[in-house]
Amino acid sequence: MDQLLLNSGFPILSVLIFLPMLGALALLFIKNEENCRRTALVFTAAVALLSLTLLSGFDSTTARFQFVEMKPWVQAFNINYTVGVDGISILLLLLTTLIMPFCVLVSWTYIKKRVRAFMICLLIMETAMIGVFAALDFVLFYVMWEAMLIPMYLLIGIWGGPRRIYASVKFFLYTLAGSVLLLVAIIWLYMQNGYSFFIPDMMWQNYSTTAQMFLFLAFFLAFAIKVPMFPFHTWLPAAHVEAPAAGSVILASLLLKMGAYGFLRFALPITPEATAVMIPWILWLSIIGIIYGGFTALAQSDMKKLIAYSSVGHMGFITLGIFTLNIDGIEGAVLQMINHGVTTGALFLCIGMIYERTHSRDIESATGIGKYMPVYITFFTFFSLAAFAFPGTNGFVGEFMIIAGAFKYSLSQGNFPWLALASIPGAVLAAAYMLRMLQRKIWGREHNPDNSWLKEHDLNTREIITLAPFLLFVLWVGLAPKPFLNIMHTSVSALIQNFATCQAKAVAIAGTVLN
Amino acid sequence: MLFLPELTILGAGLALFVVSLGQFQPRTVKNITVYVLFIALVTTICSIGNNGTMFFGAFKVDLFTQIVKSTVVLGTFIIMLFSNPDAGVKKGTQPEYYLFMLMSVFGLMMLVSANELLAIFVSLELSSFTVYLMVAMRKNYTGPALVNGAALDSTAGHGYAGTFCQIGQGLQSEAAIKYLLYGVTASGLMLFGMSYIYGLTGSTELPVLAPALAKIFPAPVAIVAVLLVLAGFFYKVAIFPMQFWVPDVYEGAGNEATAFIATVPKVVGTALLIRVVSLIPPAGQEVTWILGSCAVISMFYGNLAALVQKDLKRLLGYSGIAHAGFVLLSVAMMGLYGFAIAMYYIVGYLLMTLACFLVICTLSRNGANLQVSDMAGLYKRAPLLAITFACSLFALAGIPPFVGFMGKFMVMVQALHKGYLVFVVLATVNTAIAIYYYLSIVRQAWCTDDQERPAVTPSLLVNTAAFFLLIAIIAMGVFADPVVNTLAAALSTTFS
Repeated sequence: MDQLLLNSGFPILSVLIFLPMLGALALLFIKNEENCRRTALVFTAAVALLSLTLLSGFDSTTARFQFVEMKPWVQAFNINYTVGVDGISILLLLLTTLIMPFCVLVSWTYIKKRVRAFMICLLIMETAMIGVFAALDFVLFYVMWEAMLIPMYLLIGIWGGPRRIYASVKFFLYTLAGSVLLLVAIIWLYMQNGYSFFIPDMMWQNYSTTAQMFLFLAFFLAFAIKVPMFPFHTWLPAAHVEAPAAGSVILASLLLKMGAYGFLRFALPITPEATAVMIPWILWLSIIGIIYGGFTALAQSDMKKLIAYSSVGHMGFITLGIFTLNIDGIEGAVLQMINHGVTTGALFLCIGMIYERTHSRDIESATGIGKYMPVYITFFTFFSLAAFAFPGTNGFVGEFMIIAGAFKYSLSQGNFPWLALASIPGAVLAAAYMLRMLQRKIWGREHNPDNSWLKEHDLNTREIITLAPFLLFVLWVGLAPKPFLNIMHTSVSALIQNFATCQAKAVAIAGTVLN
Repeated sequence: MLFLPELTILGAGLALFVVSLGQFQPRTVKNITVYVLFIALVTTICSIGNNGTMFFGAFKVDLFTQIVKSTVVLGTFIIMLFSNPDAGVKKGTQPEYYLFMLMSVFGLMMLVSANELLAIFVSLELSSFTVYLMVAMRKNYTGPALVNGAALDSTAGHGYAGTFCQIGQGLQSEAAIKYLLYGVTASGLMLFGMSYIYGLTGSTELPVLAPALAKIFPAPVAIVAVLLVLAGFFYKVAIFPMQFWVPDVYEGAGNEATAFIATVPKVVGTALLIRVVSLIPPAGQEVTWILGSCAVISMFYGNLAALVQKDLKRLLGYSGIAHAGFVLLSVAMMGLYGFAIAMYYIVGYLLMTLACFLVICTLSRNGANLQVSDMAGLYKRAPLLAITFACSLFALAGIPPFVGFMGKFMVMVQALHKGYLVFVVLATVNTAIAIYYYLSIVRQAWCTDDQERPAVTPSLLVNTAAFFLLIAIIAMGVFADPVVNTLAAALSTTFS
């Protein structure tokens, strides 16, 4: 239990997990739509504020899990309700809690039918997502991981666009099919570890190489679909395009991060040897994802689709960073996870706002609006710049660190840094597709559709309040990323340290066997 | 006192017999049945904790039997809460229908307690023959299909016309005949197996059989004998290779009768499956492989066939075959926890399936079969029913935090614990297949709008039952621990 710092006082993580659920229950008794919106906002905002107190109590000098709570759940199988956070999960947890109020805000007028059900879905979603990031028991993790599918399915399937049924079913089937084998892996690990589902106990255990390969395969299938990595990405554009604005934000900002988080939390520590074997493949898959996402985004005329494919590219950068397995790469990846959450979330919010007005997601129908909606375009420009990693924005810091990590990886292997070089076109492509969209939206062509009526409909106060924090964050991380890196630094270094030790041990064992 | 629950049910049956002699409104008959079943439920629950044997050891009462009996009566009671007053049977035959249902419940309760092969056979036949009659009693239809009381144009392309005409032409008789023939075949196989067992051991009493058979194992003849006896219960629970009756019977029987067939007998069937399998010594690897293979085939058969179904009851029938596979997989793992999890699973299945049938029976006022497309726009027409339906379908699909997930999860843990990785992987593949058809129903209910189908306001009783089932489905999933431990404790007293 030396990996844990038990929380004896206020059970903050449990409160964070179950407060949204309580909100969902409360909503069952509220009939008025306006009150439903307000209640949802109050609950998500309360969770967001409460989650900030985590920061004050968080000790960033240790890699141990903190704020840990442990309660027996199903004793017959030694399943416990165990939650806790370390330097990596706390950031993602905060991202979740902080983004949710804005999802409520952006849906204020966007969602007109079945408001109550929508807000209930959002709140249940929040419970499940916080649960995923806080879970230290594998069954709890899996329960939260799968439970997330139901509200997300309904968000897309009920409030989505014209092809919502196709998109929601595809989303559900894809992600579920990916994670069923995860369950088998979990049970296998439980057998191996003295009948315990406690995640930290499963890490760094030197399972046999064959077992690790199978485990890694199960992990990979589940997490690569969620990320999504290159050949498994086809559900993402469909789901993104059809989802309502809040759904797209949740998908892009939070759900995709779970795949990457899964790699960091499970694949690396539980199957280090298999990871080491698979690294080159995954790195090149990431590169393919980056380039492929970039080119496909370049060809889109639907703004949501464009951002969706750009996400494939960005997530490629994140997996690239994770699997370089050095401090720059992983820290850059975690930072980029948050950056992508903020930037892409904000872009989807922006697109949602324009869609609410023009009822079209086509770039052509929103050309030349810079003249009429200056406030909107200002925000949009900043987020676009951040999306293609313009220096001074958050995207630059993250991508820079990841590419530096990729260089280091190649050099440490004694190779020419092909990997880093190969990722550069991705960054260029990102600039190309974002600038193309930006140019069309601000100025357009000689003959733009008449959008002058939008003059009266520039962003209102609620929308400005929704977007301002995102902008603040873009610049904050862009100019001073240190506080964020500090929080995760100890945990990431410990991860790399342990990975190296484990590798050395495996090599030593292999050596003795050979001798 | 040991026999009190059964006596209450018998008394209730007698009361209905008296009722059948007079002329009563369907609603009155239903209310009488609800009241007598409520009394039976109370006496059965009060009898938990009794222990002892009767009738020269042929009838055994212990914690396990009484828990199963309570579940049986509870399930029947819930079915009565949501069934339509006429229960989908021919005019004037309601009292007889309820009489047969109560006799079937009586047979099932005797079956749970039966501690001797002949007692098992007699109670099984009693519980089966009454159900054959219940299937055949479904009323005929003339005129257009009615959904929620409003006539629908059969040319509108909903596919009612097809189903509906067939019912007019005696689909229920076909179903009853099929059910009867398959049932008789299964009984024949079972009797044959029993004769082997008697020949091998010279006894029909289960407590004597177990040690006597243990000496003979693993002789092929003993394994064949036990498997033949199992055939009867495979039939009850609808497991491959005795599952062929399911789709036609589910489609041909009335909604209320199907709700009964799909749930209550399966619980008892599982209990008896456990009883018979426990005759096999734990070292019986061969039997585990045979049973496990049947389980996995059931899963694939049920799930793949369910993918293409349009009729809701048929679909639920096939899904039931797949779930029975999970139950059998758990039973095949032997051991106390394997059995306890099988019971947990089947009780969870009872709750989930009852919730589905609650929705079907409430929506189909005139007792017609419902298609998957009839669920369109349910969220608006009947919000509580839509929530109940969605939760029970997600639970059946095995999505946490519902009872279906916990059941599947524990079955997998148990199977992997015993080292049957192949079965576990195939079972997970099935979980992924199954999600599609459950999702397609949820999609109809939640993601589509419908203008022509009218709104439904369920009665207070139906709402109460829906709430109860919802809470039970979630609570049994979240708090699985006490349930499994109670079942394990109860089973350990049975087998000690």
